[in-house]
Amino acid sequence: METFALLLQGLAVAAQPINLLYALVGVTLGTAVGVLPGIGPATTVALLLPVTYKLDPAGSLIMFAGIYYGGMYGGSTTSILLNTPGESASIVTALEGNKMAKAGRGGPALATAAIGSFVAGLIATIALAFLAPWVVKFALAFGPREYFALMVLAFVTVSAAFGDSALRGLTSLFIGLTLGIIGIDLQTGQARMSFGIPDLLDGVEVTTLAVAMFAIGETLFVAAQGKRAPETVEPVRGSLWMSATDWARSWKPWLRGTAIGFPIGAMPAGGAEIGTFFSYAVEKKLSRHPEEFGNGAIEGVAGPEAANNASAAGTLVPLLTLGLPTSATAAIMLAGFQQYGLQPGPLLFTSNPQLVWGLIASLLIANLMLIVLNLPLIGLWVKLLTIPKPWLYAGILLFATLGTIGANPSVFELGMLLVFGLLGYGLRLFHFPIAPVVVGLILGPMAEQQLRRALAISQGDVMVLFTSPISATLLIAAALALIVPAILRARGKGQVLAEVAADGD
Amino acid sequence: MIEPMAQANKQRRPDRAALVIAAGLLALALLVAWDASRLGAGGAYARIGPQTIPYLIAVCLAGLSAWTVVAAYRHSFPEREPQEFAPVLWIVGGLVAQMALIKFTGFSIATGVLFAMTARGMGRVSLPLALLSGILISAFVWFVFARLLQLTLPAGPLEHLMLEGADIITAPFRSAPGGAA
Repeated sequence: METFALLLQGLAVAAQPINLLYALVGVTLGTAVGVLPGIGPATTVALLLPVTYKLDPAGSLIMFAGIYYGGMYGGSTTSILLNTPGESASIVTALEGNKMAKAGRGGPALATAAIGSFVAGLIATIALAFLAPWVVKFALAFGPREYFALMVLAFVTVSAAFGDSALRGLTSLFIGLTLGIIGIDLQTGQARMSFGIPDLLDGVEVTTLAVAMFAIGETLFVAAQGKRAPETVEPVRGSLWMSATDWARSWKPWLRGTAIGFPIGAMPAGGAEIGTFFSYAVEKKLSRHPEEFGNGAIEGVAGPEAANNASAAGTLVPLLTLGLPTSATAAIMLAGFQQYGLQPGPLLFTSNPQLVWGLIASLLIANLMLIVLNLPLIGLWVKLLTIPKPWLYAGILLFATLGTIGANPSVFELGMLLVFGLLGYGLRLFHFPIAPVVVGLILGPMAEQQLRRALAISQGDVMVLFTSPISATLLIAAALALIVPAILRARGKGQVLAEVAADGD
Repeated sequence: MIEPMAQANKQRRPDRAALVIAAGLLALALLVAWDASRLGAGGAYARIGPQTIPYLIAVCLAGLSAWTVVAAYRHSFPEREPQEFAPVLWIVGGLVAQMALIKFTGFSIATGVLFAMTARGMGRVSLPLALLSGILISAFVWFVFARLLQLTLPAGPLEHLMLEGADIITAPFRSAPGGAA
């Protein structure tokens, strides 16, 4: 098996002592930041990107992989011990997990989340390793029009297919697309939407936008809620260990959650959250104790938490093989690649196999480190949760501005951080989703380049988009993803879609 | 999605905040279109140039603006919870202060001010204590990121003082040939 050989080579790269150290620093920082209330994986990777600026590409991406997985683990700890509905990827975990913690079963809840995440991460990362070369072979046949059609599909699924309103999703997307045209046009060298300001010629940095939207926007929003909804941290009482019944009730949900989460993440459909909701619904239906759901059913933590991690690994399939980010976190990771001039896609697998396979292997290592680190260090993470709000958010803003200045030491960049932070606050206030803005910013210019290339080849004939079967199919899928939810909403079935809203990450 | 009560109360007047959003989207559409109108075409035979996509985006933004107007009259925007603006002003003030100060005072002091004002906005804290701890934490962070991770962070008097201090402390260790750079 060729994949096995490549994966082993990757493990050899990832197992170098310095890379192990990077992975360890990554998972520790990722968990520590991810555990902070109100900070999801997307914010975690955006805040911690500057830490990796001065490393070599391989080391930086390995640390990044650790931060990503660590952030996901941290998020689930928060939602179990502190009922924070703000964190979309683990809303479902909070449903049952927080109830378990309130009933004094916080230890088993954390354990099943951690072990479930490990199992899911392990299976999904291996699935990623085997699926990726296959998708790459397929993707090599893609021309500009197929890429454009794929990106249109991603736009629709990220913004309009899920969530409670297509209007607000699309508005967010087009705000992102508008921000994406700022800067110099790559083909003609003309400045667009720059108004003679030199700082705008390079365009808007994805990391600046993400940090502003997630960290600053969230901080302003939390501040504006005043003293409403006092949050209490549930102490972890009793044993951390799961009983035999807990194990018996957990292992099937872990596997089912993985089976649900990975394909959803791997499709260009966006968002780790959707899988968690499906998994929750499935577990509720299959459970022999349906009455426990809503009062702390362990299956309701085990399944969604596994689905969450599996689909996070799944989003790496379109990201690595096609260069297509389908979540805000993936968009920031793409920005991380681009800072080294690396463009994820089929060519990266042939031009830089060590890097790609080193990254995939380090996901496995990060996953292993997390299970070893997370449970013994739970006391430390709980302490982080109890940092009083003023100090917590003051610290978040310190790091948010640090990252921005570190990437581009200019007062103008800080100004953009403030403006986009206020925009993020406004969007939250009116329930506009944030992820489409970030995805639109990074994917918009890429889609434009592909479209212009496709139309240059066809000498301006738009029909060329529909004469390729692949691109026609993708565009029809995009149209369906726009129309079907609209019909569902019009028939009053929008509730289901609102529940699977892809919001934060 | 709207409770009958709310609908009955507000039926006559459109959702004003939504109308403001619609106006903002329309203004953005016009701005994008105006900017695109200044661009030259991409080449002799290219029918699609740098202005094409901006025009497309402008048209879509205008369409979304119209859709938002419809939503405003139908009250299909979710209810907003009342917001407190004093904490928001503290934090925005902190960010503005950091921007204004950073060139002159360096990273630590400017960020310390941001830290203190954010903490003050988020709850009852003593400002002098917050300022002091903010500056100390920022100075520590500056040292780690600017010296150890070599990020370019603006230095001011406090940072220079720290560097001199560090120089004095590490001087005995650096005398050996080929020592730390």
